[in-house]
Amino acid sequence: MEIMVNISKRWGYHGVDALKKASPGYLMLMGAFALLAVAGAAVGLHGMVVGYHHVYGVSREISWGILISAYVFCVVTSTGLCIISSIGHVFGGEAFMPIAKRAVFMSIIFMLGGFCIIFFDIENPFRMAIYNVISPNLSSNMWWMGTLYGAYLVFMIIEYYFLLEQNHSLSRLMGFFGLIVGIAAHSNLGAVFGMLHGRPFWYGPYLPIYFIFSAAMSGGCAIMFVTTLAARINPEIMNQRMERAMKAICQVTIFLISTIIFFTIWKIVTGIVSHEKSIVIMSMVTGDYAINFWCFEVFLGMVLPLFLLIRSRGNNFPMIMWATGLMMIGIFFMRYDIVIPGQMVPVYHALGVEEARDLIKYTPSFHEIMAALFGLSVICFAYFAGEKMLNGHQLEKHEIVPEGGYICPGCGAIHFMEEGETEEEAMKRHHKIWY
Amino acid sequence: MNFPKIDLNKLKNEGTESVTVKERRNFLKLGFAITGVYASGKILSLSSTYGVAHASEGSDFVEKYPYNPHYSMVIRQSLCIDCEKCVDACNKTNHVPEYGYRTRILTRKYEGQLDKKVEFIPVLCNHCNDAPCVRACPTKATYKDPVTGIVRMESKKCIGCKTCMLACPYDARYFSAARHAIDKCDFCWEERLSKGETQTSCSAACPTDARTFGNMTDPENIVFKLVHQLEETVWVLRPEDGTKPNIFYMKGNMESVDNILKGQKFKYSDPAKS
Repeated sequence: MEIMVNISKRWGYHGVDALKKASPGYLMLMGAFALLAVAGAAVGLHGMVVGYHHVYGVSREISWGILISAYVFCVVTSTGLCIISSIGHVFGGEAFMPIAKRAVFMSIIFMLGGFCIIFFDIENPFRMAIYNVISPNLSSNMWWMGTLYGAYLVFMIIEYYFLLEQNHSLSRLMGFFGLIVGIAAHSNLGAVFGMLHGRPFWYGPYLPIYFIFSAAMSGGCAIMFVTTLAARINPEIMNQRMERAMKAICQVTIFLISTIIFFTIWKIVTGIVSHEKSIVIMSMVTGDYAINFWCFEVFLGMVLPLFLLIRSRGNNFPMIMWATGLMMIGIFFMRYDIVIPGQMVPVYHALGVEEARDLIKYTPSFHEIMAALFGLSVICFAYFAGEKMLNGHQLEKHEIVPEGGYICPGCGAIHFMEEGETEEEAMKRHHKIWY
Repeated sequence: MNFPKIDLNKLKNEGTESVTVKERRNFLKLGFAITGVYASGKILSLSSTYGVAHASEGSDFVEKYPYNPHYSMVIRQSLCIDCEKCVDACNKTNHVPEYGYRTRILTRKYEGQLDKKVEFIPVLCNHCNDAPCVRACPTKATYKDPVTGIVRMESKKCIGCKTCMLACPYDARYFSAARHAIDKCDFCWEERLSKGETQTSCSAACPTDARTFGNMTDPENIVFKLVHQLEETVWVLRPEDGTKPNIFYMKGNMESVDNILKGQKFKYSDPAKS
């Protein structure tokens, strides 16, 4: 018990008590996500027992379905949160600093959610733990991706610990390693697709590069969404410093959305002139995937958020919340539109045989959707629990100011006074950009 | 930025005697190296090429056969009648479940051709020399057999990530629930070849000899003879992927092929006899 009190003082950890004080509506929302997670896990386990090939929609030809798309969505967002937050607490961009704690926390949660999802996609997840270690294939992108993401998660957890401990030099070092490993892992995920040279829609350096930019965009979107939503839950988290951070992230995200629009335009244009690619591109532009592509990927994922974020000027938080919330849905479809269409063209299509004449179809099954929802609800549940239990990722205002420090009335962060310095002088020194 | 102007006429001639022997040699070496590169080694390729087997012209997918025995299959496409006896034999021998297959026969239809309206193309694992599945597997569960070159599975290592299924440009892999691993053609190594048989079950079952199986390093073997001739075209599927496959295709009901099999080199090699 005493340990808990200490942690509470040092980390701003409020624990279960904070949940007891939460409103019934909030608890019901958390309960709904918990139920959905349990249901998803149960359905997933059912699939595991009866055999995935009976209950999953994936086939011999389309062997990666909505589960891989959801996994990609989670790890892209996780890496993106790491990239965006590192601008502040690794590279010293003052404006980005206040988001660090929440971003790193959510990055860990998104990664764990991704692992929850991949657990129900890999047929023998327990073997993976053994043979990834004792029989590694160093030329396999899959091996690098799995291994580097494991290391990434470890670095992020250590970094988060040091952030809680207010040990900024070590958290910065860990954040730097986490960023390097995260980018290596994430570009390897792109290369898992990009190095399958039998699949023209994926093959090439495009995907590893696209994945990194796309991750940064998702990270900017995700941190704005979770922060504006957190401000709805607990308005106290907003202060001048956080407002400035939101404005900066908004600008960066606008830039990154524009980059992804540019990437998408050239993917379409170059794809049209190559026969096998153009079949896939045309199914996205006018065929089966047109709704996915135009309504979700292009409109919800890029055009609408770009418009709304520019309109919001970075300080209209309800508008940012809606823009980024819808954008998260769009981004999910963006991932789906990479994973599934890449497998639609049968490998013997160019041979002109009857069996490979048509594009292969895939519809997610109930079991797959539930297993994907398992991971996504774990993320939502952990987010809502974290906002309360970790006190909105803030330090406790009145109890745990370390010696020699004080809470800055302007920004809400802790400042330390140097010898013989008054609070006012310290504040001026910390905020010399402003004054 | 201004460079100092150098008047070459005013410079003192240092003479050739100031160049050391070592420098001279280095210069000559450089010259030879450059000439050698541009001549692509043609001038100095005096070493014997005998014993390095080459497939028929234009097929740079086979340069040499790194395994011994180097198992390979030649499919004489026009002999295939789609009886599916090979598929049945394969399923029976290798206990292939209903939802999977290790080999299948594809159908290509034609319109406006005078002789045929349909052609059958048997496909199976190509046991590529540069197998994309082997590179993609994170745990070395699938590997090139170092002796025979057969792409095999070590089922207990398979984590079921299915990357190899997508890496394969020949759709040769499926997940077998019974094995808890990916399953694929192993040229019947487990069930037949390792027990002393010389034919795969599909080639043994083929009533028209459309599938011929053998050792590519043995010049007396039928697959060697079928591939190493210039008269009839031999090809592989998806050569653009650069996987160096070991399943070769040709038409195959031609007189020239019969002559090859009878041991004659050319159709009209001995006009007096015919």
